[in-house]
Amino acid sequence: MERTTIDLWVGIFVALGVAALLGLAMKVGNLTTSKLGPTYTVIANFENIGGLKPRAPVKSAGVVVGRVGKIKFDTETYEAVISLNIDKRYSFPKDTFANIYTAGLLGEQYVGLEVGGDEAKLKNGDKITHTQDAIVLEKMISQFLFNKASENKDDVSSTKASTKSADDGLTANPLDQINNKGKGAAAPK
Amino acid sequence: MIKRSRLRPLRTLGHRVTKRIWRLGAGARFFGLTLISSGESFRRFHLIIREVYFTGVLSLIIILVSAFFVGMVLALQGYNTLQRYGSSEAIGVLVALALVRELGPVVTALLFAGRAGTAITAEIGLMKATEQLSAMEMMAVNPISRVIAPRFWAGVIAMPILATIFSMVGILGGYLVAVPLIGVDAGAFWSQMQANVDWRLDIVNGVIKSLVFGVACTMIALFEGYDAPPTAEGVSSATTRTVVTSSLTVLILDFVLTSFMISV
Repeated sequence: MERTTIDLWVGIFVALGVAALLGLAMKVGNLTTSKLGPTYTVIANFENIGGLKPRAPVKSAGVVVGRVGKIKFDTETYEAVISLNIDKRYSFPKDTFANIYTAGLLGEQYVGLEVGGDEAKLKNGDKITHTQDAIVLEKMISQFLFNKASENKDDVSSTKASTKSADDGLTANPLDQINNKGKGAAAPK
Repeated sequence: MIKRSRLRPLRTLGHRVTKRIWRLGAGARFFGLTLISSGESFRRFHLIIREVYFTGVLSLIIILVSAFFVGMVLALQGYNTLQRYGSSEAIGVLVALALVRELGPVVTALLFAGRAGTAITAEIGLMKATEQLSAMEMMAVNPISRVIAPRFWAGVIAMPILATIFSMVGILGGYLVAVPLIGVDAGAFWSQMQANVDWRLDIVNGVIKSLVFGVACTMIALFEGYDAPPTAEGVSSATTRTVVTSSLTVLILDFVLTSFMISV
């Protein structure tokens, strides 16, 4: 076969390969979507981060505004210290809530930011004081069963009332946790 | 005398092991020699391009067709299982990750060994049997830098390109089954895929894998051809050995590479 024909075919072959790689990068991979602009870092302490991983998304109102940076363990407070890299385009008030949520029932975990009403904004290196831990499913179930059992012991007559209060206990518990945590975090400082 | 015949199994075992190790050493020396004398083949790059045509372009048809069907089967099987858990939208992730991480590089390497590796072994073996290689040496042309090195680099170049094309065409095949045929939402198909396939950890690692497989497959094919006894029987058994050894090497290397890539 002639050399120019071979050159042409090899050229087509290589071009196809490059096109396939570009297709993988743009259409299949997240090369375009994972790009964040310049970021600033804020720190948040959690008692329990569940299965949160570095590079997990940070979302506010469902929109990805940043990524989780380093995850460390503080040996003095025995808490997880997480740095959140947030896009410079978005600023948040100082009293923003940082919660760890799960996407779907068993999906990956992410950090959700709920905006407060403070005038002052979070700056690079600031610390988010209001945090809510990841919900550990086993803990929740055992708490529910425990409450249910204790209710049943007190009042066996009205099953309707007992389930209602057990539900209340379930929904109230995470809130109690936050309140306790808020006090605990405020006390040492 | 009785003692000698009793020791025979042990002796054959020892002979086999020494032979294997000797061949491994010879193969390593051959590899080193190819690397050292490949400078000239880069200066005459058209030699490499010619071999890329024979190993890469001519393998394109088998790669395209098998990739298309592998992607379609993945989508069918994946959908069948995923819809039981009500997450049939995850089909895109399943097809893309399976192809980009594993099936793309591995199936391409296996097909490459069967399609191009055998051709290389038979060609080199026959060149040796018909004393073309010795004739080159007579004319003061180094057969390794003139014949072996261009084929080696052509294989190393062609394999990642073939594997990337395989992954992309497989994903298109999976798309064709999942979206128009089964009726999964096209937006969910692509967006779930984009959210879960990582550029560095999935795509680049797949390309690295195929590069390593390219080196291994081409080197095995070249060495088996160069080492073949110069008879018709010798060339035929060398061709068989090429397929067996390359396939096993690819599968073992795949495990080793994956274990390194997952732990990082």
